[in-house]
Amino acid sequence: MIFNRTKLVVSKTILYGLLTFAALFMILPFIWMLSTSFKPQDEIFVSPPILLSRNMSLDGYRYIIDLGVLRSLWNTFFVAFSSTIVSIFFCSLGGYGFAKYRFPGRNLLFSFLLATMIIPFAVTMVPLYVIVQKIGWMNTFWPLIVPGAANAFGIFFMRQYISTISDELLDAARIDGCSEFGIFIRVILPIIIPGLTSLGLIFFMSAWNNYLGPLIYLKSPEKFTLPLFMMQMQGPPGFSAYREWMGVAVVSVLPLLIIFLIFQRRFTEGITAGAIRG
Amino acid sequence: MEFVGLKNYTYLLGVGGKAFWQSIQNGIILFFMYVPIMTFMAIVLAVILNSKLVRFFQGYRTMIFAPYVTSMVAAGFAFRLLLENKGGLFNLLLNMLGLPGIPWLENVWWARVSLCLLVVWGWLGYNMVIMLAGLQTIPRELTEAALIDGASPVQAFFYITIPLLRPVILFSVILSTMGSFGLFNEVMALTNSTAGPMRATLTTLVQIYNEAFSNFQFGRASAQAYVYFVLIFVLTLLQFRYFGRQE
Repeated sequence: MIFNRTKLVVSKTILYGLLTFAALFMILPFIWMLSTSFKPQDEIFVSPPILLSRNMSLDGYRYIIDLGVLRSLWNTFFVAFSSTIVSIFFCSLGGYGFAKYRFPGRNLLFSFLLATMIIPFAVTMVPLYVIVQKIGWMNTFWPLIVPGAANAFGIFFMRQYISTISDELLDAARIDGCSEFGIFIRVILPIIIPGLTSLGLIFFMSAWNNYLGPLIYLKSPEKFTLPLFMMQMQGPPGFSAYREWMGVAVVSVLPLLIIFLIFQRRFTEGITAGAIRG
Repeated sequence: MEFVGLKNYTYLLGVGGKAFWQSIQNGIILFFMYVPIMTFMAIVLAVILNSKLVRFFQGYRTMIFAPYVTSMVAAGFAFRLLLENKGGLFNLLLNMLGLPGIPWLENVWWARVSLCLLVVWGWLGYNMVIMLAGLQTIPRELTEAALIDGASPVQAFFYITIPLLRPVILFSVILSTMGSFGLFNEVMALTNSTAGPMRATLTTLVQIYNEAFSNFQFGRASAQAYVYFVLIFVLTLLQFRYFGRQE
């Protein structure tokens, strides 16, 4: 292969250019969000645009803290964390059952489970709401944690993951007198921790960013999660609330970004595993 | 709760179903507006990153994937800020280039473009990552052999890479199909539940939500949800049929 020198340089420039353009487009909203949250109101829509304001202030943040954004932050974290823990427990249990046990109707049940993944949330949204109302779970965090606990995606993911564990290991444990549940706790769980982390990250992220759920179930402002808080927030009188909105946006986005940066590999592993096996 | 037979469904055939059918139409329009471009860009970016011709793989991948972990509500508000007619950053940049500002969220078609911008922003990284994973399954020797045989890189891309990526592309397109009817956070954050001028950005999920929780018509909303489900199911099936065939 003979490469024309200039052609290579030009191609590389184009390639880098595309990547950089895409990366910049992705980063821009984050930067602008952060920058705006510190600006005084009258500098938000100024031309030429100001990136680092000379009059930076924390007033926007003071305002949203007064409105209760920190409690929303805690609510969001609580719901996300709880539902993640509950979900990875039940999904790993379910995945283990489908992967390592033989029982009549197993394949049928699994196909049925997969089929439920096609059903859009909109279909179950209304009946679920009615059920939640009748149980008395309205305006609590329960409906955000329990219904999605043993979800099809998670069980599917775990089943694929666990099926790679050799059966001899389990048999050895049985011979040693371990109870069935003990096998799950002592043998399986430690081995699947990477998979649990990946799945947990996906669940956490999805629960953190969930808006529709909290929107229909939560009624009192002190229970609101961050997306709900943001949508319901009114700005200071006389101003459009952009600075304050961006402040809440930063609060919503920062924790997940940090988690993502720390756990990048697990994140992408989880995403791709779901896609390739899907 | 009383049983009213097919009343909720016949309601959809009359004047009352207007918003619902509009939302279905929007879903189709939005799909064609963003899915081809986004899928193509995801593949291109993935191929570039995978090709070992550029450095900083980790950095680029992180930056491009970051929006996926972002709350779409937060992002929606950020985009509202950027797309503000007078003084939003995008229009300011356009003005600096000598172009007139665009009424991003005030015009029917630009509102849809705005929504598509937000959706592509949020989902391109995810699609790129799954394309990257798909690319790992293509043996390097295959593309190299083609290049040695005299194919240009572009030809190799279109005749080898893309066909071999078919399963992943199918997966991505199916997800995007369900996504384009089911956009909720993005629409609510960008345009509230009124969904833009003349319901330009009303997606089916938003419509069903409105019917159930703003109009308190659970029965009608459920009927609409079923129609929506059948539609998605049929679309998915068709996509499997047409694009899922292995050669």
